[in-house]
Amino acid sequence: MHEHDVVVVGAGGAGLRAAIAAQEAGADVAIVSKLHPVRSHTGAAEGGINAALRDADSWQDHAYDTMKGSDYLGDAPAVEALCQESPEEVIQLEHWGMPFSREEDGRVSQRPFGGLSFPRTTYAGAETGHQMLHTMYEQVVKRGITVYDEWHVMDLAVTDEENPAERTCHGVVAYDIQSGEVSGFRANNGVILATGGMGQVFDHTTNAVANTGDGVAMAYRAGVPMEDMEFIQFHPTTLPSTGVLISEGVRGEGGILYNENGERFMFEHGYANNDGELASRDVVSRAELTEVNEGRGIEDEYVHLDMRHLGEERILDRLENILHLAEDFEGADGLTEPMPVKPGQHYAMGGIETNEHGETAIEGLYAAGECACASVHGANRLGGNALPELIVFGKRAGRHAAGEDMGEAEITTGREGEWEPADYEFEAEVGETSGRGPAAADGGAVATDAESVLGTAVERAKDRVDALLSRRGRNHAEIRSKVQETMTANVNVFREEGRLEETLVDLHEAREAYKDVAVSDPSRTFNTDLIHTMETRNILDIAEALTMGALAREEFRGAHWRKEHQERKDENWLKHTLVSWNDGEPKLWYKPTILEGENKTYEPKSRSY
Amino acid sequence: MSTQIPKQTEESSETETEAEVASKGDERRTEKRRRAAEKRAQRQAEEAEKAAADEDTIELKVFRYDPEVEGKQDPRFDTFHVPFTKGMTVLDALMYSRDNYDSSLTFRHSCRQAVCGSDAMFVNGGQKLACKTQIVDLQEPIRIEPLPHADVQKDLVVDMEHFYDQMEAVEPYFQTNEYPDGELEEQRQTRENREKVKMSTRCIWCGACMSSCNIAAGDNEYLGPAAINKAYRFAMDEREGEDIKQKRLEIIEQEHGVWRCQTQFSCTEVCPKDIPLTEHIQELKREAVKNNLKFW
Repeated sequence: MHEHDVVVVGAGGAGLRAAIAAQEAGADVAIVSKLHPVRSHTGAAEGGINAALRDADSWQDHAYDTMKGSDYLGDAPAVEALCQESPEEVIQLEHWGMPFSREEDGRVSQRPFGGLSFPRTTYAGAETGHQMLHTMYEQVVKRGITVYDEWHVMDLAVTDEENPAERTCHGVVAYDIQSGEVSGFRANNGVILATGGMGQVFDHTTNAVANTGDGVAMAYRAGVPMEDMEFIQFHPTTLPSTGVLISEGVRGEGGILYNENGERFMFEHGYANNDGELASRDVVSRAELTEVNEGRGIEDEYVHLDMRHLGEERILDRLENILHLAEDFEGADGLTEPMPVKPGQHYAMGGIETNEHGETAIEGLYAAGECACASVHGANRLGGNALPELIVFGKRAGRHAAGEDMGEAEITTGREGEWEPADYEFEAEVGETSGRGPAAADGGAVATDAESVLGTAVERAKDRVDALLSRRGRNHAEIRSKVQETMTANVNVFREEGRLEETLVDLHEAREAYKDVAVSDPSRTFNTDLIHTMETRNILDIAEALTMGALAREEFRGAHWRKEHQERKDENWLKHTLVSWNDGEPKLWYKPTILEGENKTYEPKSRSY
Repeated sequence: MSTQIPKQTEESSETETEAEVASKGDERRTEKRRRAAEKRAQRQAEEAEKAAADEDTIELKVFRYDPEVEGKQDPRFDTFHVPFTKGMTVLDALMYSRDNYDSSLTFRHSCRQAVCGSDAMFVNGGQKLACKTQIVDLQEPIRIEPLPHADVQKDLVVDMEHFYDQMEAVEPYFQTNEYPDGELEEQRQTRENREKVKMSTRCIWCGACMSSCNIAAGDNEYLGPAAINKAYRFAMDEREGEDIKQKRLEIIEQEHGVWRCQTQFSCTEVCPKDIPLTEHIQELKREAVKNNLKFW
């Protein structure tokens, strides 16, 4: 048993920043992560960090751009916090030595990015995330913050009151991947979830293999709602075999998309007669998939991104990294042949419902970063807004968990504010109300008293590991790939009612199959089979909530496109989708979006550029 | 065979389980292992047959070891036949083998794009990142082993603690005595200086360099190329100031520091991020000499 004031789960950008902030506020803090910190997927971020640093720019403009980009589904108090605090956080990173790209006068460079009214994206080459991650880990080393790396957090230790709003989180249960030991981590002040993305819900993603949404699923089963899960950003240019991202920079420099017939389809088929290849990410992704679906894709799978006409000199000067990526990960030579690309899952706008301090509906439980939904991105995230979210909300959650008084939050969590139940009837069976075996993880709600809750959670986790290791059953990999396949086929950039319903049926079958899951590797040493099996349970819960949200939201907003509903419907849908687990029975409900900022109200306008 | 297997320890890993339950569990596990082994052998035989008929299949020979699983305590090589697809990497082939033939096949991996540094391994006799090594560039059968000069934990997973300890030994964090006055003001850094440290900041802590280094193999206390490169990253950063640089040079000049390097360039050759490690070490040697002359 371990004990700390604050326990941070995950060691990417948000987790590291939260740990540093909590320690600065006087807390004894520990980080528990299934990966060593420098392996975290923050390191893969390329683009940059939006921050209104210069006199000609303002946080108000950044906030306006972000609200518009979110298609008016962001909550103004969170968006304004992001934009107000991003500049000081960027300067903080610089003071910690982060090697930003520089101007002639030695100041930090900024570049233009899609949807921004001012070039406010600070960056370090095309490896901003890598530099940010390493800079913050250096600070964690400097401060001697305890890191339990290669410990997989299995569950939360949360009390079991009937009403989730009355529950309290007292710690986490984790599995030491190297030794097989299950241990409790008591958190006297709070647990901060910073587990990142959930791209592994799909079979084609820019996300890492480790991005299985563990924190989101854990919080969900403990009684915290998932918010706006249907909003997934699909990036139009990823490599078909691996999902590796080919930066928007290629199209920015003049790269052209072709179909199998050699047609420049963005123009020739009328998808974007003005902007062509440079239309927004969702538009280009939908165009590419339409080409493939109508039989004009190459190998029925992808399209070509051609940059040969830019010439070797220009490519080497500005896009050298792309040549390496295409060569190393697709075996394609961008100088002599077009590169195969297709849309891939890239980012989850939704996640664990939090307020602007990172608090969830359960006392003592926080979330920050991609796993959280405050919400700053609403229905669509702007490029360059993910990294500032990590540092601004990581810091806020860390300070609050350490006991700093940050005032009353304006965003409500759970059902403490205005809310309404959804009247959507799902045809398929959802959730898991019967036949739960020891292989399942069913939430942190285990005992009412603070003393025994952690011990009980540890015992249950041990039983689960023992059961998975000793019984016979089917391998998780088959179940996971079925989930990923159905999600990619049906809950992708195109969504239609019938196929979404079918997906829920597929997911229910996968849930049934998972009841028989077992781990064939009997070892307690570095048993990745066991870890992946537990992750697959998390993927299942997230896939289901995501699909429920996609069915219920009968409109077209931001990244969420519905065949039957081709318009944004502000009169009905300026509200967040929430899904609560309710002891195995998922319940869908809504709460209004907050468009009132500090000094102004963000009136919804059309999202045209 | 350069891979090191840790000595077996006597203690059982299941100290917290009741004795009776443990024996029952053990029985089940033994039975399970037997069945799994049978199934695996059968599947591999089928695959081998298929492979003989199919040219588009590649053959992997993968190092296997588990300190606590019968039949794996003595290291062995398993053969996997994997259907080839265009653009397939060593990591893809390993994942295919794990997901289709043997779910106990163990290796670290995460980002699949050469930035997390998890999957450095020994492929056909060289340190490579599995995710950025194309199958078409390799001779078959492809021999995959854990990184040499590190303790093997299981299959392709090695103990990285020593590597991390060396990284942390060089005070791997930015230090300065002087910040700008303005509240929202950054430190200035010239483009030239940023360019000078750029390559050194690309290190992904994969450990390939350390594994390839003969000196590190013989001297366990040698800081090694990655840690010295980390020191270089800060020592050459003009934002830190002269007094801090002085301190940094003292650290890398200690007995197991830069002077151990014999400029064999093996680290530079294997670095998947093309960092000129040997050059960085040489430059620090020169800096150290200059610095010592100054104090004469």
